[in-house]
Amino acid sequence: MTTSTPPRSAVQAMRPFWELSWLHLKYQFLETVRIPIAVFGNMFFPALSMAFFVVPQAEVAGNPQWATMAVAGLGLFAVCSASLFTYGLGVAEDRQLPFYPYLRSLPTGPGPQMVGRVLNGGIFALFGLIPLILVAVLFTEATATLPQLVAGIGTILAVSVPFVLLGLGVGYALPAKAALPVVQLILFPLAFAGGLFLPPQMFPGWLDALSMATPTRAGRDLLVQALTGVEAYSLALPLLVGWTALFAALTAWSYRRDEGRRFR
Amino acid sequence: MNLHHDGGPVVSVDEVTRTFGDVVALDHVSLEVGPGELVGLLGPNGAGKSTLLSLVSGLRRPDSGTVRLLGQDPTHPVARTTLGMTPQETGLPATLRVGEVVDFVGGHYPDPVPTPELLEQFGITELARRQTGSLSGGQKRRLAVALAMAGRPQIVLLDEPTTGLDVAGRTALWDAIRACHQAGVTVLLTSHYLEEIQALAERVVVVDHGRVLADDTLAAILERVGASRVSYSGPDGARQEHVVSDSDQFVRDLVRSGTEFTGLEIRHASLEEAFTALTAGAADGEGRETRHAPGAESGRARAGLTTEGVNR
Repeated sequence: MTTSTPPRSAVQAMRPFWELSWLHLKYQFLETVRIPIAVFGNMFFPALSMAFFVVPQAEVAGNPQWATMAVAGLGLFAVCSASLFTYGLGVAEDRQLPFYPYLRSLPTGPGPQMVGRVLNGGIFALFGLIPLILVAVLFTEATATLPQLVAGIGTILAVSVPFVLLGLGVGYALPAKAALPVVQLILFPLAFAGGLFLPPQMFPGWLDALSMATPTRAGRDLLVQALTGVEAYSLALPLLVGWTALFAALTAWSYRRDEGRRFR
Repeated sequence: MNLHHDGGPVVSVDEVTRTFGDVVALDHVSLEVGPGELVGLLGPNGAGKSTLLSLVSGLRRPDSGTVRLLGQDPTHPVARTTLGMTPQETGLPATLRVGEVVDFVGGHYPDPVPTPELLEQFGITELARRQTGSLSGGQKRRLAVALAMAGRPQIVLLDEPTTGLDVAGRTALWDAIRACHQAGVTVLLTSHYLEEIQALAERVVVVDHGRVLADDTLAAILERVGASRVSYSGPDGARQEHVVSDSDQFVRDLVRSGTEFTGLEIRHASLEEAFTALTAGAADGEGRETRHAPGAESGRARAGLTTEGVNR
């Protein structure tokens, strides 16, 4: 998505894509880690939600399947929220810094920077899942075998891709002040309708139907399937792939349209 | 002044127009910079300098016209392997260390200058472990110019390289910029400090209202505005000042006229005066420049010629 072919032969060759991606990942990771409070907030938010909202409810916490579903919902919410905020708000804020236009003058396309962002987000999302899983194991009946757990983590990372792309799309399209409310407007309805807070089994029929069209519901059901073996609805995977393609197109469009700060 | 030793120009801007909404930032601008030139880009705030640099660095696309870096479109990343640029000092990632920022920027280029060598060259070796957020303004500027050189560029864009520096810091950076130029790097420089352009540039391009008002050698630009300022105290003791194109002739006439005078002073016009005359001439087209200045008169006429037909 990055390199269109130059009209004439290159004077010098560019660094390979994976090398540039590694470079961006490394320094983005360093930048993130050097502000520890942001890392801690991200790490403990899902675990705290679990402790406050799930652990005290004996009928959920005591039921292995329901407790595991709650972990899936909160874990996915954490990943969605991290993706939308980190990318949506983070990119919009970065675009306002003078270093950002400078980066665009370096001999690299947008690809490596985006790969770096996505992987960096994934790493910190994993950090956030560890305390969540610990709380779930220690204080609820949630269970999963090791292969299920591995499948679950793989699924949650895969499912995060469309949300990362959505976040990037918003971040490149809007200034930071607009990105914040837009991210909130997208995140909470999607999380609720997708059954990340309340299990969709409690939804009325019309909401359940609507819910199945959302990327959050598709992602949640795929995650639940990986963790508990409860089958997702048949359209979940195609829907999620469709949303991913749509959000990828949005990101590509908003990146092309963006030329640093906007002028009026 | 043009050292066309290997073919085409390094920077080629051809009939470029760029608007933001209904503001015309660049209006049919053409500019060529040959290999090894050191060109100063001069203009008041909002003249279009930054827009021009953003087009040359591939940050923006022109609405019409073409921009080429060594024959390639700068919006293609591969064309930018030959380009070095200064970030604005306020834009350095505050939590990264100096050495890390240099590694990061250099890591984008096929053959970067090794970090310790570059730090040494700009005298910031001892800062390598400091986070950029803790640097002073002068240290940040030095780092910014060092970053422009990190990838062994053939062309360097320096946007206000010494803004906010004290005299010592500025002189040190000027030396560094001259050293790079002597090593064969083409330099395109903008500055608010006319003194800086005067000290560094061989060729000066004056831009205002999105148009190129003048593009010539530094000497020719200075000549264009009338060159000299003659002042003396008249018979009544009042100080008189005249801007004249030929100060020798003026003094001869003055002596022949039999006027009594004391304290005669002749001073060459500075780039600042040249600049003011040029941009004032473009701003309203009617004589706003000093009276008794035939040189400035012709300067305005020439500036007027280049802007004919495009006045808004």
